[in-house]
Amino acid sequence: MSEKSKKPQEIIQTIDYKPPRKKWMDPAVEFRKGTFNYSASVDKLKYLDLPFPRKWQPTEDDWQLPDNWQEIIHKGFKDRLNKYRSFRVFMDICVRCGACADKCHYFIGSGDPKNMPVLRAELLRSVYRNDFTAAGKIFGTLAGGRKLTVDVLKEWFYYFFQCTECRRCSVFCPYGIDTAEITMMGRELLNLVGLNIDWICTPAANCFRTGNHLGIQPHGFKDSIDFAVDELEELTGVRVNAPINKKGAEILFVAPSADYFASPHYYTLLGYLALFHEIGLDYTWSSYASEGGNFGLFHSYETMKRLNSKIYMEAKRLGVKWVLGGECGHMWRVIHQYMDTLNGPADFLEEPVSPITGTKFENAKSTKMVHIMEFTSDLIKHNKIKLDPSRNDHWKVTFHDSCNPARAMGLIEEPRFVINHACNHFFEMPENTIKEQTFCCGSGAGLGTDENMEIRLRGGLPRANAVKYVHDKNDVNILLCICAIDKATLPPLLEYWVPEVDVGGIHEMVGNALVMKGENERATDLRGTPYPGKEGSENV
Amino acid sequence: MKLKEYLAQNKKVLLEKWFDRIIDSYPADSSSFLRNEKNRFNNPVGYNISHDIEFLFDSLLGGGDDDRLNECLEDIVRIRAVQDFFPSEAVAFILLLKDVLREELAERLSERQLVEELLAVNEKIDRLGLRCFDAYMKCREKIYEIKANEAKMRVYKLLERTNLIDGKSANGE
Repeated sequence: MSEKSKKPQEIIQTIDYKPPRKKWMDPAVEFRKGTFNYSASVDKLKYLDLPFPRKWQPTEDDWQLPDNWQEIIHKGFKDRLNKYRSFRVFMDICVRCGACADKCHYFIGSGDPKNMPVLRAELLRSVYRNDFTAAGKIFGTLAGGRKLTVDVLKEWFYYFFQCTECRRCSVFCPYGIDTAEITMMGRELLNLVGLNIDWICTPAANCFRTGNHLGIQPHGFKDSIDFAVDELEELTGVRVNAPINKKGAEILFVAPSADYFASPHYYTLLGYLALFHEIGLDYTWSSYASEGGNFGLFHSYETMKRLNSKIYMEAKRLGVKWVLGGECGHMWRVIHQYMDTLNGPADFLEEPVSPITGTKFENAKSTKMVHIMEFTSDLIKHNKIKLDPSRNDHWKVTFHDSCNPARAMGLIEEPRFVINHACNHFFEMPENTIKEQTFCCGSGAGLGTDENMEIRLRGGLPRANAVKYVHDKNDVNILLCICAIDKATLPPLLEYWVPEVDVGGIHEMVGNALVMKGENERATDLRGTPYPGKEGSENV
Repeated sequence: MKLKEYLAQNKKVLLEKWFDRIIDSYPADSSSFLRNEKNRFNNPVGYNISHDIEFLFDSLLGGGDDDRLNECLEDIVRIRAVQDFFPSEAVAFILLLKDVLREELAERLSERQLVEELLAVNEKIDRLGLRCFDAYMKCREKIYEIKANEAKMRVYKLLERTNLIDGKSANGE
């Protein structure tokens, strides 16, 4: 919706419901409120030593670009084409078959053709053709080339921050073009002239400073974990131990920071704490590696590398054998696909082996980092924990495959295995909306801000539409997911499209169902909601 | 033939034309997808619009209950309230049916009885248009409420611990 409304007389005179027929090469973009993100704040850019920090906003005409901005982008483009063979291949190989065109959640929800992955990539490709191919240099627009103008740059900013790097389109590309990597390159080029968004740069700067997105310092982190320990004791009657910075522990546990300060993430944290206590795991939290998420992935290779380095550094400092990671989405793309070469090899760590079951996690042989869903499903498989799924009978559950665990690491069966053991009522959404084909929440890759709400609600429509289907058909009342961004952004999405459905994590369900030694009879679930017949009873 | 009979007999064609007009309000490069992709999960916009307008059309013939009518209107408006439309454009889809009817009945507009019936149907459509405005405002108000709530939930546990919030107020209860 636009900020400005027309006068009635103007509407009568001008009303025409057909949008103008524009060619895609026309780069003019209108920055309407609700459809873009605010620029990065100067102090955060300075903190990260990023180029050209200045005050500007996308709605302003003058973005105060450096005088030689075209030269900077051209050089940056050239450097990346030489550095990443995949980038050059992705620029050359697309035959515009259209297989990806209608697979993007933003396109499906908005009907904006430039949200077709092929066309979004063309925004970059057209400049590539113009500047780096013989045909483009000679024939220009006839060969699909475009000159890099300020309007083209603004269009890049608009559309590369309208891609959540979810990679659904890539599943359908016959050439395997990874559109997320094209977006990543687009954003890197924008960064070179100081164009970035605050929702990425502020968490990244905070993370670089204190180890987590909110900038919580070590004492605040400890306070948060201690608070959760107290609350878990109130709920279950069991006092758990949650060691922080414990040298010589067997395992370092790294979770997204939202788990200890946001809702509904927090209930997943209670689930982790209960589980680790129950199996007697020798583990530790780290007050510096206090963030699994890595907003550097949404910024640039260099920032991703800097933020990721703390995990191995802390593993080394604390002398652990291997690393276990919590319910997070993009964190796992970084760990599974980049960490080994970013900051590895972690040859000071051991190949992960579950101390409870003896299972070797061979898939993590190189990174030395295991996903908690693999770890917990292995415990269940070996009957090492006792679960009472009836404690989740008030939930009729469906599962949203978070994009990165599903598509970047193939974690499809483990979450379902755990849900099926922790819950009695599990209903899948339709096949073309889950697993490898899962629809994004519409708010990933640093786009989950409130100023960007309309884009998020559009982009989340395909996901919410499938949730509504199982809600109407099976009375589903909770959407489970294993990603901190999902847990933050799906509640507002569902509040708009399917307000009757809640959002939660799988380890929240595990924590509810987990039968703990010495526990009180549970009067409530981990949210403090009384079980039927237990209303009004004290919980301690 | 009375207008109601005409509408009932030509429902399929009229609905197709109405649907096409609504889809024409989207950019040309996208309209073929929105029009032709039939899978309800691959194309929620096209699917919801095509199904909901059928119920709205039936309501003009006197069918359907009022709650369901509101639901159908809201389903469509909820989608268009977050897309790239002016408020007037977002709710105008209902008025497009008047254009379709006028064009389809162009040759019979000299029949007095038919014109009277058509005026009555147009009036009903106008009323639905006003309900669309209500639905649109409801959606926009919801968006601002969601924005405010999201800011609180993002740091819910920290606010709770510093006594700046309690569970009830965070959930808007």
